[in-house]
Amino acid sequence: MTASALPLASTEMQRAADRSSFWRVLEISGSYLLGILWVLPLFYAVWMAIHPTAYEVRFELFAPLTLQNFKDALNAAPFARYFFNTFLLISVILASQFFICTLAGYAFARFDFRGKTIMFMLVLVQLMIMPEVLLVENYRTIVRLGLLDTVWAMGLPYMASAFGIFLLRQVFMTVPKELDDAARIEGAGPITTLLKVYVPLARPIYVAYGLVSVSYHWNNLLWPLVITNSVSTRPLTVGLQIFSSPDQGVQWSIISAAALMTSAPLLIGFLLFQRQFVQSFMRAGIK
Amino acid sequence: MTRMQNSVTPWLLLLPAIVLLATFTHIPAVMTLIDSLFTTPRGARPPRFIGAENYVSMLSDPVFFAALKNNAIYALGTVPLSIALSLLMAIIVNSSLRGTTLLRMSFFLPTILPMIAVANIWLFFYTPGYGLFDQVLGLFGIPAHNWLGNQDTVLGSLMALAVWKEAGFFMIFYLAALQQLSPTLREAADLEGAGRWYFFRRVTFPLLMPTTLFVMINAVINSFRLIDHVIVMTRGGPDNASTLLLYYVYNTAFRFWNTSYASALTMVVLFILASIAFLQFGILDRKVHYK
Repeated sequence: MTASALPLASTEMQRAADRSSFWRVLEISGSYLLGILWVLPLFYAVWMAIHPTAYEVRFELFAPLTLQNFKDALNAAPFARYFFNTFLLISVILASQFFICTLAGYAFARFDFRGKTIMFMLVLVQLMIMPEVLLVENYRTIVRLGLLDTVWAMGLPYMASAFGIFLLRQVFMTVPKELDDAARIEGAGPITTLLKVYVPLARPIYVAYGLVSVSYHWNNLLWPLVITNSVSTRPLTVGLQIFSSPDQGVQWSIISAAALMTSAPLLIGFLLFQRQFVQSFMRAGIK
Repeated sequence: MTRMQNSVTPWLLLLPAIVLLATFTHIPAVMTLIDSLFTTPRGARPPRFIGAENYVSMLSDPVFFAALKNNAIYALGTVPLSIALSLLMAIIVNSSLRGTTLLRMSFFLPTILPMIAVANIWLFFYTPGYGLFDQVLGLFGIPAHNWLGNQDTVLGSLMALAVWKEAGFFMIFYLAALQQLSPTLREAADLEGAGRWYFFRRVTFPLLMPTTLFVMINAVINSFRLIDHVIVMTRGGPDNASTLLLYYVYNTAFRFWNTSYASALTMVVLFILASIAFLQFGILDRKVHYK
């Protein structure tokens, strides 16, 4: 009886295996297809940027390569200046965020004080209501402070970042209390303890937060668009927006070159440090 | 002395953050409400109290309702689609497939590019007859179409771009969560002979619920916050078919300089965001954000 049941079972299993290998192939090809589909727009942008205009929609393997589009873009708008402005903006924001969020995160993680919960809730409000949502009032505040069209105008609303405070509070809370106590016994004050014990232990989180913050502010458009109005302060995003607006009538291949150029530092950074980039974003996300 | 120091130190540490948050988040939020009850100051004319007038005129403002409806469609369309795709991507990248590093890179790349840059590139894709979409569809004999110039397709075109840009970002959160799932669950399910779809439906997906809610909240916030592509690609047109709420605020405030009405409109956005916050604290597993 067992002998007769066995071959039956094996054909049954064979059929199941065939069916599953069919699905497996479908699954695998579907996965790769999705991957190709996702990166296609970027490849196409690169294609447009490195070929003469005539090849915008003509795909020939040996179409002549050119850097002319990049040159034209650089000559048509002060992108070098915009690059400098973006670098300045990001440095100012990141440095201030590290400083302000470290102090606040430490206060929330290791001190008990009246109204702590309420203060923390008030900080978290900013996760929901980002500064750009309040652009009408924030514009008014900046005008009143006399800071219109400055790097401070672009940066100030983002410096006390709820996300940063939250992230650092989380990681500071995982620091063993014993380390803290040991430092205190050796006579270290709260600031020394923070700098000598907490900050070094949180280094991966600083990297993670830094990457998230840099890519956010490199890409930010709306607030800088509202608050700047001169070449000497405009970041890349606003510069690109003005350069490429339809009434300028710039050619597509040049716009593509400009768009890629403005993203290039992030893009190259990402391609070089892909693993760290993704892990950093994951780390920032889990907390 | 130590006690004294202990109660002052945390406040000193918090001071810079408090000042900045109050200046650029809390006070402006309150001022938005106040300003929405007064007229826009023009030249020497000081603001005059008008009560709820702005809100009354909002009720008869077709552009406001168009923006509200567009934003609702935009959120209801992009959020579930981004979530489904990002989960799918995470599962693909987390699988034993060859080349997952390349796949992960491909999915994640759009995320790190400036919206303004990709919006400009997609603007070309949507060019009638000449752009990528019409070229590809032309291969199947589908006639050219003015994607951004047509009221019926403009919002969908923006949504496609948003999903393409965002899905890879949310994938990261799912990937992190998937990698934390215990492999013994899978082994146990294999012993029980549970199918993959069954396992996904009954084990993986429920365990990913906190991530799904977290991603959902962020996706909804983004659908009200991010309007870069509207500014670049359509400026709300044609005929307000792609005007989103924040874009309408931006336009009202900085093109028509009607800041009073813009404040009232901002209140609507704030109200929506606050409702999401309450939803989050009410329904959401507190572990996701808190503690």
